[in-house]
Amino acid sequence: MEPIREIRSHTVVLPSTNIDTDQIIPARFLRTTSREGLGRQLFADWRYDATGAVKPEFALNRPEAAGCAVLVAGHNFGCGSSREHAPWALLDYGFRAVISTEIADIFRSNSLKNGLLPIEVDAATGRWLLEHPGAEISIDLASTTLRLPDGTAVRFPIEDFARYCLLNGVDQLGFLIARSGEIGAYERGIPT
Amino acid sequence: MKTMFQKVWEAHEVLAETADTPAVLYVDRHLVHEVTSPQAFTVLRERGLGVRRPDRTLATIDHSSPTRSDQIFGGVPIAIESAAKQIAQLQKNCAEFGVELLDLKSDQRGIVHIVGPEFGFTQPGQTIVCGDSHTSTHGAFGALAFGIGTTEVGHVLATQCLLQRRPRTFAITVDGALSPGVTAKDLILSIIGEIGIGGGTGHVLEYRGAVMRALSMEERMTVCNMSIEAGARAGMIAPDEITYSYLKSRPRSPQGEAWERAVERWRRLPSDPGASFDREVTLDGGTLEPMITYGTNPGMVVAVSGSIPERRDDAVFDQALAYMGLTAGAPIGGQPVNVVFIGSCTNGRLSDLRGAAQLLRGHKIARGVRALVVPGSQQVKKAAEAEGLDRIFIDAGAEWRESGCSMCIGMNGDTVGSGEYSISTSNRNFEGRQGPGARTLLASPLTAAASAVRGRVTDPREFLNG
Repeated sequence: MEPIREIRSHTVVLPSTNIDTDQIIPARFLRTTSREGLGRQLFADWRYDATGAVKPEFALNRPEAAGCAVLVAGHNFGCGSSREHAPWALLDYGFRAVISTEIADIFRSNSLKNGLLPIEVDAATGRWLLEHPGAEISIDLASTTLRLPDGTAVRFPIEDFARYCLLNGVDQLGFLIARSGEIGAYERGIPT
Repeated sequence: MKTMFQKVWEAHEVLAETADTPAVLYVDRHLVHEVTSPQAFTVLRERGLGVRRPDRTLATIDHSSPTRSDQIFGGVPIAIESAAKQIAQLQKNCAEFGVELLDLKSDQRGIVHIVGPEFGFTQPGQTIVCGDSHTSTHGAFGALAFGIGTTEVGHVLATQCLLQRRPRTFAITVDGALSPGVTAKDLILSIIGEIGIGGGTGHVLEYRGAVMRALSMEERMTVCNMSIEAGARAGMIAPDEITYSYLKSRPRSPQGEAWERAVERWRRLPSDPGASFDREVTLDGGTLEPMITYGTNPGMVVAVSGSIPERRDDAVFDQALAYMGLTAGAPIGGQPVNVVFIGSCTNGRLSDLRGAAQLLRGHKIARGVRALVVPGSQQVKKAAEAEGLDRIFIDAGAEWRESGCSMCIGMNGDTVGSGEYSISTSNRNFEGRQGPGARTLLASPLTAAASAVRGRVTDPREFLNG
């Protein structure tokens, strides 16, 4: 994975709370054996109507959303199913970070494994971002700081090991494989 | 003094967490299915890795598999080509990597969270994972069981371990006793309504109290199954004699002396008296009623005898009701339904089917209502047929299918039409969950069966009282 440093982008805003992974990518698109090309199906039932035509009023379909790499959403983003297809679809579409006042556990874990930054902010920052779609912000992973257009710096929490891996392009599977000796020792002690 | 979670967690730390690194947590049991595993096997192939412990890994086919007999046993091709391809890929992966697969025609196949316990593959005190958020189901045995993503499926296949930060603990105590007509499904829907769909985020739940102790294993699985609908990756219930008698002589349960040793270990699992939790709530089981959802997440729930909440300044609430085509403040009882689905990893077990069948016996499903009954596993199907439950469903006018996730997830050919109302015993009423535009009302098998007969949302107690 490529190391991640700084993201600078305008935001796209989806104000709904509890946006679940079935909305991010509906289950009928999970009949795939690959992780590629899922961006087309991102928010499929919100982006397209029943005939497959683009719904122009949906936030992602507006001209100003083109090229945005940061999605701002309401509280408890990514709840529901554990499908990793959700961060795969967001990344394939072009997002690099999602911001909410709460991000669901499994979605957050899956995002961190793929280089999509799950950023939790306080209620006031969350409200400001929801009320200012298109705001140009920057995210610095090394200092875990989000910078608003007026220069205000907001720190965000992110699990230290995941941050280290993302900054340095470290592969977590490689880290686990390097612990094979300890894993073997543990296995020999399992009671039967 | 330790909580049950703490005991299980600490017993599985290959390496304890530090400020810089998460714990390396050992996984006792890994369940695999066709939808969330193919990309993980691809990673193994790309990196030249094998499956470290095939003996701790069990695969089944459930999410994208059809439930029509002719497509499984009758030589008729699987109607959805991409589903057939995904199933074939799992068959190939399991053969190549030496993983046991409960294959499409196996009489032991079924929904992953139903076959694990049925097999005795699920046991107290274990860590159990699967690329599926309803893995929380297995916590009913006092296991630490949670859903993982596909990257982590790859980690477990290759190393039998996960990198995990320790979650917080949350005790949910339900005292008293449930009233007749109030089921485990109503209990967990009430809990989700109480703590909210993000209420358990970052926590492992422990369900406690007289109500939990009185539940059967199948009912406990229904409760733990929906922990994730409250945001909690895992929910646990302490093992007891009910747990041991369920597990004794299951195919993969320890036998003979090993069984005695295992039970002795399991008896030490329950939280120590006085162990403290990061959060606690208490509910009175005696006040609970049959519940049903009215909105687009499982926390939007009311008593079947009650009304949809009044409108308030809340765009999300308005959006949910607009999607559902329901009116704020209106009673939910009497709402016409088009489809009734009985099944899923939440309510697809034998006792669920018995409850629904008992209510349906001697009745007909209302004209214009389509009812689908899908056993959670082929073993459940066989047992139900041995009791004649299939006849009751078929005589009432329902369809009786082969096991699978079916209409719970709508990715296998079983779907609800756009705009249609579905009373479903499954776990998610998200927009489009059962098909684009489908409107899902989550309820118990009893409420689903009662509503099937009347063709509208019906309190099952109307039938129980004669």
